[in-house]
Amino acid sequence: MQAGPQQDHTLASLSRVTHRYGPVVALDGLDLEVRRGEVLGVLGPNGAGKTTAISLLLGSLGVQEGAASVFGRAPGAPEVRVRRGAMLQISGISANLTVHEHIELFRAYYPAPLPAARLLAMAGLEDLAQRRYGKLSGGQKQRVMFALALAGDPELLFLDEPTTGLDVDARHRLWSEIRGLRESGRTTVLTTHNLDEADALADRVVVIHNGQRIAEGTPAEIKSRTAGRLVRCVTRIRPDEVAGLPGVVEARTRGRHLETLTTQPEDLVRELLARDEALADLTVVAAGLEDAFLALTRSTK
Amino acid sequence: MTPGRRFRIYLLEARFQIVEAVREPMFAIPTLTFPLIFYLFFSVIMGMRGVSLTVPTYALATYGVFGVLGPAIFGFGAGLANERDTGVLLLKQTTPMPAGAYLFAKVMAALIFGAVVVAALFLMAAHAAGVALYRWQWFALAGVLLAGVIPFCALGLAIGAWARGRSAVAVVNLVFLPMAMLSGLWLPIYMFPDVMQDIALALPAYHHAQLALKVIAMDAGQPVPMHLAVLVAETLVFLAVAALGFRRADSFSMRRSR
Repeated sequence: MQAGPQQDHTLASLSRVTHRYGPVVALDGLDLEVRRGEVLGVLGPNGAGKTTAISLLLGSLGVQEGAASVFGRAPGAPEVRVRRGAMLQISGISANLTVHEHIELFRAYYPAPLPAARLLAMAGLEDLAQRRYGKLSGGQKQRVMFALALAGDPELLFLDEPTTGLDVDARHRLWSEIRGLRESGRTTVLTTHNLDEADALADRVVVIHNGQRIAEGTPAEIKSRTAGRLVRCVTRIRPDEVAGLPGVVEARTRGRHLETLTTQPEDLVRELLARDEALADLTVVAAGLEDAFLALTRSTK
Repeated sequence: MTPGRRFRIYLLEARFQIVEAVREPMFAIPTLTFPLIFYLFFSVIMGMRGVSLTVPTYALATYGVFGVLGPAIFGFGAGLANERDTGVLLLKQTTPMPAGAYLFAKVMAALIFGAVVVAALFLMAAHAAGVALYRWQWFALAGVLLAGVIPFCALGLAIGAWARGRSAVAVVNLVFLPMAMLSGLWLPIYMFPDVMQDIALALPAYHHAQLALKVIAMDAGQPVPMHLAVLVAETLVFLAVAALGFRRADSFSMRRSR
C-alpha cells in the first residue's frame, strides 16, 4: 500500500477483484475506487457484475480473489457498518410494520442516528409514517428503503439500482433526494443500467461490462464515447467493406440487413449511398445501451 | 457497541417481531386458535360426555406441546425462509444489527405466542373442563411446555436454513402435522400400534410431550434423563443442520445477487 494524500481521499476500494459463482465469472480483475464526497456511478448492463461489486463492498459476499476495503478496513467490520448505509435490490421488508416502526428499528442499530422526523422529511414520507409498508406504492417503498439507508447518518451510502421499477415521476423525486446527499457531504455509490441516471447524478462514472472496468470518467466523457448511431440498410455491401471507414465501431450482418455502429453516421450514409445505388430500407437510430457498451468496449481496446 | 444499545436493539427487534406476527393473520390465527379449538373439541366436549377427567387432563399437556410447537416451527421455519428470500436478512446484515438480536427476536416471539396459547389452554382446562392440578403442577407444566421453544425453534431454524420462500411453508407443514400426530399430541400415544410408538421415539415432540405428561403423572414411564438426552442431542443436530444450510446458502444468495 502506498501512503500519501490519495489514500486519504479513497473511502472504499476494490483492487484486482475476481469473483466466480461456480463456473460463471462475475467479476474479472475489477478495480474500483470510491473517493470522498463524490457520487460515483457504477454503470453497466444487467449481469455486468455491479451488484456483486456492491455486495463485496458491503461485506455480504466474501472476497475470493483480490482485496476489498472500506474506510481502510474489511467491508464487514463493525466499525464500517456504523458509518455506512445501503439500499439494496430486495423485494421488500415486513409488510405488517409501519413506515415509522421500520425507521425506529433501523435507527436503533446506529450509535448516532438521524432523527426520525428528519429521515421522514428527507425521503418525503411525512404523510405516510403511520402507514404499513405493505400498503405503499412501489415508489413509496423505495423511499422507505432510502430512509432506512440513511438511518445511521452514514458517511458512505450504497444505492443499488435505486430507481428500478419506478415511474418517471417517482424516479425524478428520488434523483433530487440523492442530489441532496452530496450537498450534505456524503459519499454515494450508485449502480444503474440507465445512462441518463448516471448522467443526472454522478460526478464520476465507472462502466463495468462482463465483470471488467471498461471505462471511467465524467458522465460527459462517457457519453461522448457512447454517442454512437446504428445505421441499418439492405445492401450488397459486406461488413468488412465498411469496417475500416472513419467512425465505424462495428459492422455486422443481421438477417438481410447490414448493421453498422458508428460515431459519424452522416459520413457513413453518404459513403453507403455512393457505393450501392440499390441500397434500400435505410434507418439511422441512436445506439441502444448494449451497443453503447459495445462501442466502449471496442474503443478501450 | 455499548451494552445498553445492544440491549435496546435486542428489545426492539423482539418487540417488532412480535408486533409483526400479531398483525399477520396467516400466522397469528392458526397458531393461536388451532390448539384451543382442538383442545375444546377433543377434551372439553368429549370430557363433558364422559365422567372421567383423564381425557382433558392428559390433553392439556399434549395440546400444550402442540401450541408451543406451532409458533416456534412456523416463525423460524417459514419466517426465516421468507426473510432470506425477500432480502430483509441481507439488508439487516449490512447494518450493525447483531445477528444474535435477530435470533433472540424470533425465539421471544415463539415464546410469547406459546405462552399465550398455554395460558388460554390452562384457563379453558381449569374453568371449562374442570381439570384440577396442584399449584406446583400448573407452574411446572407451564415451565416444561415453554422450554419446548428451544428444540422446536432449532428445528424451525434448520428448516428455514434449507427451504426457500413459499416452499418453506409446505415443508414446515409436512414436518409439523405428521410429527404432532405421531408424537401423540392429538390422540394419546398408547392408542397407537407398537410400530407407530417406536417411530415416536425418534421425534422431539414425543419426548417433550412425555416430559409434560410426567408433571401430571400420565407419561409412558420412560426415564426423564432419556427424554432430556434425546431433546438435547436433537437440538444440537438441528443447529448443525442449520449451520450447514447457511453455509450452502451463500452460493444461493450470490447467484441471486448478480
